[in-house]
Amino acid sequence: MSREWLVLAGLLVGLLSNTVLAGVEVHQFDNPAQEQQYKHLTNELRCLVCQNQNLADSNADLAQDLRQEIYEMIQQGKSNQEIIDFMVARYGDFVLYRPPVKSTTLFLWIGPFLILGIGIVILLFYIRGRRTSQEPALDTAQHERAQRLLQDEDEKQS
Amino acid sequence: MWRYLIPLGLFIVLVVFLSIGLKLDPRDVPSPLIDKPAPAFSLPELDKPQQHVSPANMKGKVWLLNVWASWCVSCRAEHPVLNALAQTGEVTLIGLNYKDTLTDAKQWLQQRGNPYSVIAFDQDGRVGIDWGVYGVPETFVIDKQGMIRYKHTGPVTRQALKDIILPLVRELKKEPA
Repeated sequence: MSREWLVLAGLLVGLLSNTVLAGVEVHQFDNPAQEQQYKHLTNELRCLVCQNQNLADSNADLAQDLRQEIYEMIQQGKSNQEIIDFMVARYGDFVLYRPPVKSTTLFLWIGPFLILGIGIVILLFYIRGRRTSQEPALDTAQHERAQRLLQDEDEKQS
Repeated sequence: MWRYLIPLGLFIVLVVFLSIGLKLDPRDVPSPLIDKPAPAFSLPELDKPQQHVSPANMKGKVWLLNVWASWCVSCRAEHPVLNALAQTGEVTLIGLNYKDTLTDAKQWLQQRGNPYSVIAFDQDGRVGIDWGVYGVPETFVIDKQGMIRYKHTGPVTRQALKDIILPLVRELKKEPA
């Protein structure tokens, strides 16, 4: 590898690491399991300010505070469930990207399958309806008449 | 006949659903804190940092907690409404100054007037998290038992005050302490 390439690669690495550091605060974890827990939780929880982002992706002030809160709770050895309960007690089910199955969210969970089922039923009826109406069977009398008509046509042409 | 009526029916159903969707405000997330005890805190007072503000001191009274900040643009819109409310003296209004600096907050009040009977200074926003604050301004109605009974997200309008908040306050005042 030539010198120019090395310099270019070095610049690129420097550039990338800068942008990564600029957006995200740095957390030190005691062990990989805690880091995994942090990643899992910030991915599962919704940011309430920019509602279509999770806490991991959001740059909102509140998301930053909540990440800090989660980090501290992990340091205290709290379980996933304890941290999620903490968030739900304050912000409601809305903070969860995966809403729990309840009477109020039931339609959310079964709705798509219900609509798919209705669609399949309509499709089946439609296909069956088309198949029966496509070729009406002729009885023998009609068959003979059709034969005669065709013969007449042939004679006229010749 | 049916081949026209079915698509028309589906279209009408779709329009109904979409028009309901248009009216819903996605920012208005229902608070799980309604009918729960107001989260306790003890924060320094904005004007006198030696003194502390705590919801526990308000037991037996109906009061409002208004979360505001000098950097919050919609707080400017609701401030005249709060000032007018403070003048009627109908209900105690406590401020929670959220993630602000002392100088900015004080300057803001000097320019616009101070409708709050007392202001808690929540610099790091910890208390805000406990109260489930996600977008300033927010206003809570707390009853004599110290229960949160209502939450208004976004700037308080004269309409909301007249139609929802003040009638509720009057109801709550009738309840036994």
